[in-house]
Amino acid sequence: MKPTPVLVMQDICKSFPGVKALTDARLRLFPGEVHALMGQNGAGKSTLIKVLTGVESPDSGQILLKDQPIRPESVDDAQKLGISTVFQEVNLCPNLSVAENIFIGRFPMRGLAIDWKAIERDARKALLALNIDIDVTRTLSEFPVAIQQMVAIARALSTEAQVLILDEPTSSLDEDEVERLFDALRELKRKGIAILFVTHFLDQTYAISDRITVLRNGEFIGEYPAAELGRLELINTMVGRDIDEAGQAAKSASSADRPTDRPFISVQGLGAAGRMHPIDLDIYQGQVLGLGGLLGSGRTETARMLFGIDRAESGTIAIDGAPVRLNSPRKAVRQGIAFCPEDRKTEGIVADLSIRENIILALQARRGIFRYLPKRVQTAMADEYIKQLGIRTPDAEKPIGQLSGGNQQKALLARWLATEPKMLILDEPTRGIDIAAKLEIMDLVKTQCRKGLAILFISSEMSEVLRVSDRIAVLRDRQKVGEIDGKAADEQSVFRMIAGAEA
Amino acid sequence: MKNTLSQLTRSHLFWPCVTLVLLCLANVYFNPGFFDIEVKDGHLYGSVIDILNRAAPLMLIAMGMTLVIATRGIDISVGATVAIAGAVVAALIGGSLVIKDGVQTYVSNVPMPLAIVAALAVALLCGLWNGLLVAGAGMQPIVATLILMVAGRGVAQLITEGQIVTVYYEPFFFIGNGFIFGIPVSLYIVAVVLAVLLLLTKRTALGLFIESVGINPVASRFSGISARALVFWVYAFCAVTAGIAALIITSNVKSADANNAGLLLELDAILAVALGGTSLAGGRFYLIGTLIGALIIQTLTYAIYSLGVPPEINMVVKAIVVFGVCLIQSPALRDLLMKHAFRTGGTA
Repeated sequence: MKPTPVLVMQDICKSFPGVKALTDARLRLFPGEVHALMGQNGAGKSTLIKVLTGVESPDSGQILLKDQPIRPESVDDAQKLGISTVFQEVNLCPNLSVAENIFIGRFPMRGLAIDWKAIERDARKALLALNIDIDVTRTLSEFPVAIQQMVAIARALSTEAQVLILDEPTSSLDEDEVERLFDALRELKRKGIAILFVTHFLDQTYAISDRITVLRNGEFIGEYPAAELGRLELINTMVGRDIDEAGQAAKSASSADRPTDRPFISVQGLGAAGRMHPIDLDIYQGQVLGLGGLLGSGRTETARMLFGIDRAESGTIAIDGAPVRLNSPRKAVRQGIAFCPEDRKTEGIVADLSIRENIILALQARRGIFRYLPKRVQTAMADEYIKQLGIRTPDAEKPIGQLSGGNQQKALLARWLATEPKMLILDEPTRGIDIAAKLEIMDLVKTQCRKGLAILFISSEMSEVLRVSDRIAVLRDRQKVGEIDGKAADEQSVFRMIAGAEA
Repeated sequence: MKNTLSQLTRSHLFWPCVTLVLLCLANVYFNPGFFDIEVKDGHLYGSVIDILNRAAPLMLIAMGMTLVIATRGIDISVGATVAIAGAVVAALIGGSLVIKDGVQTYVSNVPMPLAIVAALAVALLCGLWNGLLVAGAGMQPIVATLILMVAGRGVAQLITEGQIVTVYYEPFFFIGNGFIFGIPVSLYIVAVVLAVLLLLTKRTALGLFIESVGINPVASRFSGISARALVFWVYAFCAVTAGIAALIITSNVKSADANNAGLLLELDAILAVALGGTSLAGGRFYLIGTLIGALIIQTLTYAIYSLGVPPEINMVVKAIVVFGVCLIQSPALRDLLMKHAFRTGGTA
């Protein structure tokens, strides 16, 4: 007997001014399955989830929960119906305790008072079900993002959910933590909960999913059993054209090595107590230096010191052989350094400003207040970069916040390329964006490198670091443990170095 | 047709303008001669001119406040700054009428230009203090400017030695009561400050930087904008607008009252900014909108007085109208009303 789906979405259409986000989109979820929702950025995944969780209301189409039509009006509403969501950005209250976060808005009462004992007990139980054993009375912000993510999931599950939606839950987790999350998901599967899993990581899709639904340009492309859809096929379905699988083009695309005699920037013993052990780095123009290492190994800390955000307490930096002090981003920019931060939303884009304004921002900042670029020049510049980097937008006047992640990242790249920098620091430039855009970004990195830029490339995905880097500096526990030739390296050799088995 | 209409309603100036027009119509209803303007002694007289003239100090301060609010800040010390700058200029000028060899001449304690520069310099000092606390020490703007708000009137009292300082030097009265080509001098001052600001914010990168810092200070800093210096000078500028307003107010009433000059002006200024469509959360700002906001407030005050509302309750009336105006301008409420109108329209 064929099981009946717990949730069906049929012929969902949704338009935003100027954009058709969803056209007859479909989705079926069965109890006890993990269902991956795949598609490029802008394919309509987020919109579909927003419709399902009541954030947006569909223009047409219907949603059936156990054969009953539903029309959630808000996230709360959806949750009451049994559809719980963990959004991409953890939206918890960092200054409340873990237990409070799990039960906020529906504290169990005892008479007129909140039953704190029950809250703590149940919170602990909910987390133990996910194999997390922490002190739930401590403030949430004391815990790493991974734990916060688990807390968000525990919160979603504590509402007797039948359907659990996870929107990119793993983008800030390291591998162990992903494994822990997956264990928890398998447990939930056994309990018969339907799980909708949105991710950009292919490995994870195959590790956990039973079935895959692919969207492209807002349209339903197909629903496939995970076991019957090969990786290459999946990517082709998502992208709609044939591309090599990510890894294959890796080595061939590697740029010709022509290190100049002198490094553009030479760092000696740069460190700060509690943040980073002293590190030595040489970055050459026309070369990509990758920083390899796990989450928390000091990659971002290094980048921030180089860009003058965090002050180094020891060590020296020399640019073109001359010693410099980089104690503010402004100074770093003056030296020709550019920085795309890890957290695009809070540190990169200026959401309400237009794409044009975002693109010219750094250049204008360097020119100062009075040498204002004429609007005509700004527009020409923005249009040029939109074309050159393939930023998908109707025009340059759209607020950048409305673009998809990959296009925002490209606009940030444009912001820095407009300043004609000598060195580009990219901290997780591919996080949270789809595979086609990832490939585009990496190609852009290679192109810019060939034009003579020095590039420091940071990514949690080792395959990406290997793909673009000429050399890789390997970090572990906030210190550098070695450096290897990017062409000779493979994942195994890097991981061996991280694990400490250099021999 | 429908398209242009919807474009019009989406313009940030639409709702402030509608409000102002409605208030003017209300005034006309109670006072048919509201729009009458007559020429007396070569000067323009009339309710509208009066409103414009009286709104001048508020318009000036609200423009400074607009920039502060655009950077995610707020400055609640402008009223106190008005009191201080007013006290300085009044104390320095003072003045008397002296008859020397049968010729009447006005004598000031110190030369008037010097007194004006001194008052503006003291206002600037107030702004630098605020800027130092907000941008330098990283204090929350409302707390940082609260210090001067509370202390400022005390400082003004020290300058005036607890008295109301009267100015007898007639040339000084020109600023607040004079006319050039029949139009009040204060309006020229507003026009000059507005022109300077529009030039700075539209023709230089200042507007872009202020908006960028207001929307995302971290990203702005990472793009190489010196966010702190920018915020610092914005507070300084705001205080200078308060200083200019103090000159007009002091000149207008020919005296400086440390206790009452510019009282609650900060709240009117913030309200003007909000009415003008600038979000108190910072970011995009609208100078012209702010001016309309200031005019809305002054027109409302005028209407309340001309209606003969007893002075004891006129604050209540003002509050009610302001509440209504804010409701009209709330996008959430507008959407709700639109939806409702659409629904009832649909079933009819």
